[in-house]
Amino acid sequence: MKYVDEFRDPQLIGGVAREIARSVDPHRHYRIMEVCGGHTRAIYRHGLRDVLPENIELVHGPGCPVCVLPTGRVDDGLAIAQRDDTILTCFGDMLRVPGTHGTPLELKARGADIRMVYSPLDALRIAQDNPAKHVCFFAIGFETTAPSTALTLLRARTLGVRNFSVFCNHVTIVPGMRAILDSPDMRIDGFVGPGHVATVIGCRPFEFVARDYGKPVVVAGFEPLDILEAILLIVRQLHAGEARVENQYRRIVLWEGNLAALRAMASAFELRPFFEWRGLGFISQSALKLAPAFADFDAEVRFRVPGVRVTDPKAAQCGEVLKGVLQPAHCKLFGTQCNPEHPVGALMVSSEGACAAYYRYVHRGEPVTA
Amino acid sequence: MCLAIPGQIVAFDDAQPLLARVDVGGVRRNVNVGLLADDPLIAGDWILIHVGFALSKISAEQAHDQLRMLQAMGEDALAIEEIRGYTFADGGERR
Ligand code: SF4
Repeated sequence: MKYVDEFRDPQLIGGVAREIARSVDPHRHYRIMEVCGGHTRAIYRHGLRDVLPENIELVHGPGCPVCVLPTGRVDDGLAIAQRDDTILTCFGDMLRVPGTHGTPLELKARGADIRMVYSPLDALRIAQDNPAKHVCFFAIGFETTAPSTALTLLRARTLGVRNFSVFCNHVTIVPGMRAILDSPDMRIDGFVGPGHVATVIGCRPFEFVARDYGKPVVVAGFEPLDILEAILLIVRQLHAGEARVENQYRRIVLWEGNLAALRAMASAFELRPFFEWRGLGFISQSALKLAPAFADFDAEVRFRVPGVRVTDPKAAQCGEVLKGVLQPAHCKLFGTQCNPEHPVGALMVSSEGACAAYYRYVHRGEPVTA
Repeated sequence: MCLAIPGQIVAFDDAQPLLARVDVGGVRRNVNVGLLADDPLIAGDWILIHVGFALSKISAEQAHDQLRMLQAMGEDALAIEEIRGYTFADGGERR
């Protein structure tokens, strides 16, 4: 067992790994998708593939918010940064994501006022501290992050901060999963469900995967033991001919989710009719925009955002990797033209991105210290 | 941005009921607890923090597990950096 000994219960992990090995049908191939980028990273980081039988294939899902953002939206956000008297704020994950004319960091070097924040509330604070400027927050993230943007918007309204806006790129995970299930080149046997998204939305929204598509979903935590247990539960369901949503992460995730967070989202956002995801194309009702009551804070209403659509470089296969059709190392650019120093796609930038995780922990074999 | 950081509530400020003073590995910052409105918190409680907001209440044991996981992933320094980076309520939130 390679990397897992730093955990409190290597025996337990070994036990679950052996149980998986005992349980699998040697004549069957299992394709299990971990939806969340946090899981992807943990799988590579802990070398979990090495403790799984060969016929269990782990497929990476679209659950990396930076990775699914199409280049056109990055360009739109950067267009806001180029307005006079404007400060664009974003999470650190965004700074190195390439737009058509460079990354936010490169634009900043050329004079744009782009600032990294750790919380949307910090963006609001910058607006309060700079009343002569306009401050826009480049909001990204799934349902884990969207409630925080929602509460920030509610706070901005309460405080009457007029020089603050949000460029909203929040996406919702369930339509993304549905798109993958509907994709003809996709065959997935079961899903490791995203633990932290489920803290907010609960387990119920995943029920359609079991009901309509007959695939098990096991919502899981992020420790090696959590991920292996989830895989075992999926294998057991498959053998029993069952398809249910199970909650492996009960210690954090409530079946109903976080109702206060859902209320905050419901008051600040509404569903967009459709939104483009990198690699998956336009998916209906898969993203959030600001509710009409927050139009004053909506960067897309306040500014003429170009709304560009940019196709990815031909050789880049980010879309296939995001859909789980291709493993990172099989992209033609992997490790050569595309590497963490010179990323072509966001999957090589974000710490949650499959290409970055693969490059770091498998390709370069970065030493793993306990 | 996708980090979930465990912290322990040290105190509340009557003037700003949505903010809790939280200790993360010795670093103290205010964190917004508005997303736990349905789940009243008291000093001593452990929470999972995400981009400046408490996302869920957890047990002390879960908090230590999460901390250990951040260490094992090599992300504990990042987590502290993020906590230090919360400036929105430094020395009292602006009104
Ligand atoms: S290696 Fe680069 S170009 Fe290829 S899929 Fe990954 S991020 Fe995209």
